[in-house]
This record gives sequence, structure tokens and C-alpha cells, in this order.
Amino acid sequence: MGSPRLLYLAPLAVFAIVAAAAAYYLSSGRDPRLLPSALIDKPAPEFTAQGLSVAGKPLARGFSSAFFENRITVLNFFASWCAPCLVEHPQITALSKVRGVTLVGINYKNKPDEAAAWLARHGNPYARIGVDPTGDLAPEFGLYGVPETFLIGPRGRIRLKHVGPITVPVLKDKFLPAIQALKQ
Amino acid sequence: MRRRAVLPILLLALIFSSGSPPFRAQAIEPGEALKDAGLEERARDIGRQLRCLVCQNQSIDDSDAPLARDLRRLVRKRLVAGDTDREAIAYIHTRYGDFVLLRPPVDERTWLLWFGPAAALFVALLFLLWRLRRSRAAPPVEALSAESAARADALLREGGDER
Amino acid sequence: MSAEIGHFALIVAAILALGQSVFPMAGAARRHGALMSLGNTLATGQFVFVLIAFGALTWAFVTSDFSVANVVQNSHSGKPLLYKITGVWGNHEGSMVLWCLILSLFGACVAWFGGNVAPGLRARVIAVQGLIGLAFLAFILLTSNPFDRVNPMPPDGRGLNPILQDPGLAFHPPLLYLGYVGFSVTFSFAIAALLEGRVDAAWGRWVRPWALAAWSFLTLGIGLGSWWAYYELGWGGFWFWDPVENASFMPWLVGTALLHSAIVAEKRDALKSWSILLAILTFSLSLLGTFLVRSGVLTSVHTFATDPERGLFILAILAVTVGGALLLYAWRAPTLKGGGLFRPISREGALILNNLLMTVAALTVLFGTLYPLVVDTFGLGKISVGPPYFNATFLPLMAPMILAMGIAPFLPWKRADLIGVLDRLKLIAGVAIALAAAVVFIEDRHSFAAALGLGLAAWLIGAAGWETAGRIRLFHAPPGESLRRASAMPRSAWGMTIAHAAAGVVVAGITVSGVWQTEVIRTMKPGDRADLAGYTIGFAGVREVTVGNYRARRGHFIVSEGGVAVDALWPEKRLYLPQRVPTTEAAIRTTLFSDLYVVLGDPDGKGGHAVRLYHNPLVPWIWIGAVLMFLGGMISLTDRRHRVGAPRRSARPASPRPSEA
Repeated sequence: MGSPRLLYLAPLAVFAIVAAAAAYYLSSGRDPRLLPSALIDKPAPEFTAQGLSVAGKPLARGFSSAFFENRITVLNFFASWCAPCLVEHPQITALSKVRGVTLVGINYKNKPDEAAAWLARHGNPYARIGVDPTGDLAPEFGLYGVPETFLIGPRGRIRLKHVGPITVPVLKDKFLPAIQALKQ
Repeated sequence: MRRRAVLPILLLALIFSSGSPPFRAQAIEPGEALKDAGLEERARDIGRQLRCLVCQNQSIDDSDAPLARDLRRLVRKRLVAGDTDREAIAYIHTRYGDFVLLRPPVDERTWLLWFGPAAALFVALLFLLWRLRRSRAAPPVEALSAESAARADALLREGGDER
Repeated sequence: MSAEIGHFALIVAAILALGQSVFPMAGAARRHGALMSLGNTLATGQFVFVLIAFGALTWAFVTSDFSVANVVQNSHSGKPLLYKITGVWGNHEGSMVLWCLILSLFGACVAWFGGNVAPGLRARVIAVQGLIGLAFLAFILLTSNPFDRVNPMPPDGRGLNPILQDPGLAFHPPLLYLGYVGFSVTFSFAIAALLEGRVDAAWGRWVRPWALAAWSFLTLGIGLGSWWAYYELGWGGFWFWDPVENASFMPWLVGTALLHSAIVAEKRDALKSWSILLAILTFSLSLLGTFLVRSGVLTSVHTFATDPERGLFILAILAVTVGGALLLYAWRAPTLKGGGLFRPISREGALILNNLLMTVAALTVLFGTLYPLVVDTFGLGKISVGPPYFNATFLPLMAPMILAMGIAPFLPWKRADLIGVLDRLKLIAGVAIALAAAVVFIEDRHSFAAALGLGLAAWLIGAAGWETAGRIRLFHAPPGESLRRASAMPRSAWGMTIAHAAAGVVVAGITVSGVWQTEVIRTMKPGDRADLAGYTIGFAGVREVTVGNYRARRGHFIVSEGGVAVDALWPEKRLYLPQRVPTTEAAIRTTLFSDLYVVLGDPDGKGGHAVRLYHNPLVPWIWIGAVLMFLGGMISLTDRRHRVGAPRRSARPASPRPSEA
């Protein structure tokens, strides 16, 4: 036929590359469901969140994006109906006690009385709590679900984002070092 | 390796099973649509181009996940505020990253994706043209030679008689 | 006991498969007749023992034997008998047994019906089938044993995923596997030919019926899957470019190319090494589909429990099978002699164009499916590739394809007169263009896509009809003469005409339902009415019902047309009890030309219910078309010249006439 012999090797070569990539992918232990984050090193979106109040009685002050100026903030989205939020509650409480860090919360799609009861029962570590009753604010932060936690630097930039509950290893290996780095 | 992979999956399953509000919604709910039919049409078209991030291969227009619903509302809010289609998509793109775009952006990572098949078609056409010119230059050969045809028939007959 | 019998049968089948892969191969190498025919016996034996294993597993499901782990995880004593049976393949382990059953069935079919194939080639084909069978039986025995016991035995099972408790999805996997696995035979023919170092016209003829059968089943399987998605997922979409849909679509595309290139291989003794490559690629893509679904590399509605160990095993099978095949190809294919001459305007030229477009189309689907993984693997972030990509890359390839499909059956072999053919088709072209122009005129939204789609559909259906009409001299000869010519027309020609026209029917269905779908989405209270596409749909109310293993809220809608009630529709929201999984069951009133599609949503707490009503014009044509394609393939398969095993009557193939496809 006279076609270059190399041509007949092409399918094998392509397949070898694809198979090697697939083997690498499988053995890397990479979790295909891990979600990417887009807002890292970008300024936090501008917003104003009303404070949590039950039947007209304010329970916590709200805050806006201006609040992030000149302080290191941990912003935590939570809700009383969210089981993993309870799982991470001790770690969130621990974060609130780290020197030089302000912990604020956004109560996401939650009835205020249920949120208040949850906080009363498990403790309220938040300096301020804004509400997002309709889920309008969440997409501004690129939220997938609750819980989700952001570390925001003194110039209002998002330094770290964590999807899902903050476990003890996440706290120790991810948040505390990042906070250290921000302090310097 | 197995244990390492299983744990995060379990955790994520936990989040997404319980991490959404305890009420279920339908894809495009009554009252969600904009009054302006033209604007709503645009919103639907945009919705079909954005991925429902917590679903499996569904657009926000198809999904009944609460996140999809929130994003549909956000798209409509942006359109009402006067965004163009491109601006509304960009607004969500900056917040959720490339993963949200069902039409992947054209950049150096995706050149192969976007242009690879077209390039393959082009190369194949060139190859065929080259073969054609060469075979024209050579004297034509009767493709199904009498010998080959006879052999084929002999084989077929032989096999047939075997039964 | 049945579990032990099943397990034992699988082991015996694996041993027989080992023998099946060794003895006929050795026999073919030494031209030893008895060794070669031993392969036939072993292939039959392998099939029988896999059948015993499959029967034992089915027995465990039917009798709800909860000492078997697989039954516990995927069945429940309160389930209808039908879903106890289909539950056998509604899980990873059981579906692999079904896979092997069908694989061994095809191997046995070569043994039973392959009498017209040269003995040496047939022995090698059976040996390669045995080798594939061995790999997958080992996979089952080593990583996915369906017969594992549990101790202590639980009182009841966890139930089958309610989504799978549906007649459409119950029969989707067997059909799909008949297609996927059917292409193992063409693969084995390719490997056997490479081992022999000889491919001739007879090879093309032997491969065609197998390719045709596999292709027909795959068509039906894909069609059934898309129909299921349409009525079950609750909003009327039918194709999502989901990775697993793509996994079944890629072998279909390349298999279609193979079907056509094998014709050229047979009639013109050309495109031989290319046909061999297509046969390898088609089955490789089938294996890739299996790998993607079962390794957990892709998360999708179809994925079974993911397990990286199984993924690596299948990847190893894939690497050996495909890598080995391609290595053999690189080594032996250059030595195959081909009859190279062709002219671009000829039957073979059109078939090559088909091959080119189908292969590139498969490439776009492959790229779109795997690219997110590639990007992620190299740490370049996460991207999504969804319908907008496929619409932009895949669909443009289909337009020239359909144009060529209309013309190709008119082209004779070797050299054709394109102008003359176009002249014969000017009436059909005129009708198609007029239809497209009319669409542009009446429709302002998506008018380009609508006009193109409808114009192409009309062109394809018209050209197929015109070709047949010309051939039987319809209206140009007395009716009796036409009838005589029609019945004398080869079945394969009928099959081709029907399948091509069916593709036009599918295109029409996709285009019209996509562009002219209308919907009403609103809250309705009992007594409310909604108008949609000439129908008035009255909402009579909702009732709670308990049926078998689920509870449901069942809506009652009365459809009237011109003030006359014509139908009642009962959409449901179900809650399946063992797992408490909710599903949505749409109610559909289907006519030949449209579907009225009603979905019941959640109550708003004030007496109203969210209701979604869709009118999908021409959507039934998508599945009618798929069934017609299947029938076209089957009719072609009954052609005397395809009928496997039948002795040939004529001594020499009639000189290839046009349209003898």
C-alpha cells in the first residue's frame, strides 16, 4: 500500500498516552468529586447582611463587606438544619478563640427561631451573624452548600475557602497555618 | 490508597445529602419566570449553558437542586439589572470558576478540545487527497481482481458445503 | 446451594475459556482440524456454564436468598417479580455476569453459525473470543464475585434503586450489551485476520452480518435509554451528552463507520486495513465505556459503586486487549495488500466520506467526554464540557453527512456522474429547500437550526424514497411490475433504505421537538385549567395511593380538545418504601405527531400544586426512527447473502450494482 509504516503505529501511540494518563489518574487517589474554588485571592464580593433577629428582637449584629477591612476574618456559612455544621461546630468555636481572628457567620436559608435555638443549645461563637434567608447572598460567594468557610485577609481578599465541615486536620493543616501567614 | 479515596467521598456525600435545605424544589418553579418573555427566553438560554455544580451533568435549567434554583434567580436578577448575556455568564463564572461553564472557555488548555477534531478532519482530507493523486499517477488496477474474487467464492462455498 | 453452583460454574467457564483461547489457536497454526473444531465445543461449553451461573444468580434473586450479599444489597422480598429478575443486572457484579453471558453467547454463535467462514479464520476468531471471555471471567472471580455470602443472614434486602424499577431501564442494559459485546466478534475477526496476515473480500463479507447485528442492538439499546431518560427524568429532555451516554454513542458512531467500510472491503477489496482498525476501535470504545462506568472515573447517574481497584483491573484488561490489538495492527497491517484505486465521486468515495465524518464525530465525543479528566489529571483545574460544546462541534459534522447520505445510494461503484445524480434528485432537493425556506419565513427564533434540520430530514427521507421508487419503477411501470421489482429487490437494499430514511425521521423529531416545544409552568388548584398547544388541561385533584412497594401522590388531569375530553393523565410523585427514595413519574399522552407531557410538582401548602405541562411536537419520531433503524438492520440481516451459514447458490458474486449495500 505504501503508506508510511509509522502511520500504522499512530493509533497505538495515541492509546498508550491515553492509557498512561488514565493509570496516573486512577493511582493518584485524586477524588473526582473535589470541587474547585474560584474566588481565591480575589476581593470578597460586596454585600450587606441584616443581623439575625427573632420576632423583631435582634440576636446578633449584621455586617457588610466593609467589615473585612483591617482585620483577619473567618466567614462561616451555617444553618441549623445542616448536620455537618454540627460536626464542625467545635472547630469553628476553636477558630473564634484564635488571637487576632474575628469569626462571623452567615445563617443560610434558616428560620430565625430555629437558628436561635440551635445557637442557644450548642453555643454561639460568632462575633456577628448576618442572615441569608432566601439564598441570594450565597451565590455571590460561589457557595455550593453549607457548611462552607472562608478566610479573608485584612485587605478584604479571600485567602482560603473550604467546602464541607472543618475537621480537626483541616483546622490544623489548612486554617491555622494560613492565619499565621496572614499575621506576618 | 482506597481508604484515602473513600473518606472524602463519604464526607462529601454527607454534605450534599444533608447540606441542602430540607425542602425539595422543582426545575423551574411556578413564579420563577420573568414577566418579560424576551428576558425569560434569554434567562433560559443562559441557564442551559451553566452547570448545576452539585448535580451530575445537569444544567441549572434542568435541575431541581436548591443551588440550581438560586443560580437561576441570580441569572434573572442580573438580566433585570441590565446585564448582557455575556455579562451575566461572566458574573457567575468569576464566582464559581470554569467548572460552572458547560461551554468550556477557549484557551491554551482547551485548544486541543476545540480544534483537535477539526484538525484531524483536515489532516485526513489532506491524506486522502495525497493518496488520490498518487493512485492517479499509478496505472489503475482492477480492484477486485478475478483471482481474489474466485478465492472469496471458493472459501464461501467450501464453508457452506461443510455444514 | 445455588450460589455455590453459580460460583463453581463461573470457575469452570473460565477454565473452558482458557482452553478455548489456546487449542483452536494452536490448531489454526498447525492446520490441525480436530484442535480447531475443539474450539467450537469449548465455546458452546463456556456459554452453557456462564448460563448456569447466570441462572443460579437469577434464582437467588427470584427466591430472595438473602444469604447472598449481592441479593441483600440489590433486592427486597416485597419487590415485583419482574424487578427481582431485572435486579440481577441492576448492579455491578450481576451486570458483569450478563456481560460475560452475552460475550460467550456471541462466541458460541460463531461456533454454531460460522460454518461458511474459512476454518482457520474461524478457529482464530473463536480463540480471541475465548481470550476476552477469560479476561472478564477473571475480573468477576477476582474482584466482583456476585456469589459472596453474608453471615449472619439479614431478614430482608435493601432493595433495588427505585430508578431502576422501570421497564425501560430494565431492558436497556441487555440490549446495550448485545450491541457492545456484539462488536467483540468483529474485533475477533480483525485480530484473527491480522494473525493470518490476510484480509480479502470474503473477510468483509463475513464481518458484515456481525457488525450489522451488533449495530442494530446498540441502536435499539441507545434508543431505549434515551426514551427512558425522556419519560423518567421529568422535564422532557432525551439526550444529555452525559459521559455514559457518550460511552455508548462512540462505539455506535465508529460501528456505523465499520458497517460501511466493510461494504467497500467486500465489494471493492479496498479500505481493508482501515476496516480492521475500525473493528478494533469499535470494541475498544465499548470496553472504554465499561471502564468509565465502573471505575468511578466519571460520576454520573449510571455509575455503579465506584472502586479504584476494579477500575485498575478493567484498565489492565483494556490495556492488554486494545494495546495488544493495536500493536498487532502496527506490525501486520502494513503488509496487507489493498486495491487502492478509487475516485472521489463514486459509491466508495461516498462511503469513505461517511467513514471520515463518523470517525471525526466520534472523536469530538471522545474529546468532550475525556477532556475534563485530562485537564484535571494535569492539575489545570476543573472544566465542564456540556451540550453547548457538542452542539457546536458534533452537529456541524452531521449536516454534510446527511447531504451525502441522500446522494450516496444513487452513486454507482468506481466512477459516478454527480451532475446526473443531482439532476435526478432535483425534485427532492427543491422540496427540501422550499421547506427550509418556509421555516425561515414563519419562525424567527432558532430559525437557522430549524430550517437546516427540517430541510435535511426532508432531503434524507425524500431521497431514500425516491431511490426506491426509481428502482422499482413506481408509476413508470404497471403496478404489478413495480411490485415484482420491489419483492425482487435485495433485502439488504431495503434495509439500507429504511435505515437511512429512519435517520431522517430521527433528525425531524430532534429538530421539531427542540425548536417548537411549548410549556406551561404554574401552580394549579383542583378545578384550574391551562391551555397548551390547542389542548385544555384541567386539573381534577391529587390523591394518595399505596401500590406495592411505593406510596405516591397521584394527580388527575383531564385533557380536552375543542371542548371534548380526550384523555385522562395520572402523573405521580412516588416514594419507594424500603429506601425512602422519591421519584417523579410523568404522564404522557402520545400521538404519532406529538407528546403531551405532564409532571406533578410539590404542593404549595395553600391547596395548589406546582404543575409543569409540556407539548413536545414530533418527539415520538426520535424513537420511531430508532426502532426503524433497528428494523432496517434486521431486514438487511435476513438478506440471503448475509444469512450466516447458508450455502451460496450463485458461483460468482453478481458484478456489484449500484445500491447493493
